Amino acid sequence: MKLACVIRKEHYQFTSVRDVLAKASEEKSGDHMSKLAANSALERMAAKVVLSELQLKDIYENPVIPYEKDEVTRIIYDDLNLSIYEEIKNWTVGELREYVLSFSTGMPELTRISRGLTSEMIAATAKLMSSIDLVMASQKMKHQAYCNTLIGEPGRLAFRCQPNHPIDDPEGILASMKEGLSYGSGDAVIGINPNNDSVESVIKLLKMSHDFMQKWEIPTQNCVLAHITTQMQALRGGAPISLMFQSLAGSQRANDAFGVSKDLLDEAMELMLRKGTASGPNVMYFETGQGSEVSLDSHEGVDMQTLEARTYGFCRHWKPFMVNNVSGFIGPETLYDGRQMIRADLEDLFMGKLHGLPMGIAPTYTNHMYADQNDQEIAGMLTTLGGANFYMGVPGGDDVMLSYQDTSYHDDASYRELLGLRPLREFEKWMEKMGLMENGRLTERAGDLSVFD
Amino acid sequence: MRQINMDDLVQRVMDELSKKTQEVIHFPEQKVRGVDNPNNAEALERAMNRTPARIGIGRTGTRMKTTSYLQFRIDQAAAHDAVMKAISPEWLARLQLPELHSRATSMQEYLMNLDSGRMLSDESAKWLEQHGDKGKDVQIVISDGLSTSACEATIPDLLPALQQGLAMRNISVGKPIFINKGRVWIQDQVAKIVGCKVVISLIGERPGLATAESLSAYMIYKPDANTVESDRTVISNIHRGGTLPIEAGAYLAELLEEILKYQASGVKYMQLRAKNG
Repeated sequence: MKLACVIRKEHYQFTSVRDVLAKASEEKSGDHMSKLAANSALERMAAKVVLSELQLKDIYENPVIPYEKDEVTRIIYDDLNLSIYEEIKNWTVGELREYVLSFSTGMPELTRISRGLTSEMIAATAKLMSSIDLVMASQKMKHQAYCNTLIGEPGRLAFRCQPNHPIDDPEGILASMKEGLSYGSGDAVIGINPNNDSVESVIKLLKMSHDFMQKWEIPTQNCVLAHITTQMQALRGGAPISLMFQSLAGSQRANDAFGVSKDLLDEAMELMLRKGTASGPNVMYFETGQGSEVSLDSHEGVDMQTLEARTYGFCRHWKPFMVNNVSGFIGPETLYDGRQMIRADLEDLFMGKLHGLPMGIAPTYTNHMYADQNDQEIAGMLTTLGGANFYMGVPGGDDVMLSYQDTSYHDDASYRELLGLRPLREFEKWMEKMGLMENGRLTERAGDLSVFD
Repeated sequence: MRQINMDDLVQRVMDELSKKTQEVIHFPEQKVRGVDNPNNAEALERAMNRTPARIGIGRTGTRMKTTSYLQFRIDQAAAHDAVMKAISPEWLARLQLPELHSRATSMQEYLMNLDSGRMLSDESAKWLEQHGDKGKDVQIVISDGLSTSACEATIPDLLPALQQGLAMRNISVGKPIFINKGRVWIQDQVAKIVGCKVVISLIGERPGLATAESLSAYMIYKPDANTVESDRTVISNIHRGGTLPIEAGAYLAELLEEILKYQASGVKYMQLRAKNG
């Protein structure tokens, strides 16, 4: 294994695969904070050169966090198809990049090698890819999943309606929910972030959203994004849940901080398949994002992007219906500005898809970051081009409970319009029935929440 | 050729200019109904009043109308500017809050280096060792976090309500302290120094568009080296458009009593409470 190179007569030495991966990452403030980033632009390039010549088996034999120590590593390795890995283990990362981008490699080939790739290999490939590389490769893959409805069909783009309210006022939530549905946002899920994480309150919101879906015969799923243990209590108490949510991270220590583990997720999914209202088989909804491990001080010496890939390796064990990437939610200490946020979104879409996941993206920014609406819309358009399965839908792009900006109901409709994409099949029929859509375009009636009154 | 009177011309130009400067645009701050022909105007109005969310704003094509687009950008600009504002010494004096400091010496350092906000400066740690109230049930920490406006808007109502609620329950409280540029985890160090059972931090949240005045409360029972994030109980969105500061004070006192009773906070507290019905 070669861990050194000479560029412009300068000798660069790296200490480990982990070190090469970190220094080969595009610049991000979180990696500087954890003191893992390259110290100069040329050192970053030297790391990319070394990375491009590492063989996949070098990466396999040197997991960034040891198997014995970390549950995420164990899931990634135990879920691997060893026969496919054997076929490709002598490839270099540079060769893997070319294979991914080649005309002769399509969705079937990528789906196959995906089963033989560890998350670190996928992260490594992305580190050698530019923006167009990432978008073109992402476009090749579109992964489907089924809960109450089918997500991920070619030519279709879905949205989560996110009707949050600062004090969970049911009528206020309902108002934003109606508004979103009238714009065609909500076919992925109607997902409410509760301000009050108590079981009683979560049950109330689950019932409310379920009843509304029943009354108006809306083909979608409902979810209240409380901690998974709270949702499990609600489910045991008979609350109607069609998707169970949890935030996940790429190291066991970070997942401990989130209060989750493999056993807990196993139990939750089993409970969903027994008591949830959806037909499934995909009944889980995960959220991830670059930087959570750094902000929880549990990065274990691994860069943010590689940890994000590991999160996807962890996620895929539970065959989720949706994996939503929220890089940009944390703040400038992890992603400093719009440029870093856009890069993270493109990497995450590609890495998630190469893991075989039904990926969605939430291009987001907070108000203490150096980013604005223009950056966010660029990230949204590029990832739409890359074939994201879904986005969020927030009234006017302003989440009044979580205090950050995400894609708006308007943006949702715009992304469809830009590329001629349709809502999910069953939901489109429902919109036509409601007189909100004709031939894939919003009607005059659309965008008026009082069509439900 | 017509003779031009220069004085006359200058006067006319001046008149025109002064008229221009007097015409001021009063741009609306409240959300404006943008749906032209609603199915049910009354229901739409009611819905718009029910939530601070940007609904009922209508569209042109699939995009926002000009007024609502500019309102959104104005609110975002204001929120971004609010992050950089410092707490006023007069305000601290009025509330009789001793001002301690984290290790962050500038806003930039505070934003970019999380660790700098997670530990007290040596001087402040020493001050707390000498002057802090030791061995109480509860220690209250107030911190500007990412919004001084949140502290200024909520603490004057919240703090007395919280103190009163704790006194009613015979829970002993150490003298509250203010920590400039403190993050949540600094409460662990504070708890260690003063030896309290529960520490509660009231911290300004990152400003959103709907409000820059939102405050969160983080509570933890006897933090130590094994403490994880899910050990903390969090109550967020305390502001006049969310949970009212006075109500939050009373509720937090009740919650602190529970945490003391179960000797646990966060997910552990939730599990114990569920087990005990």
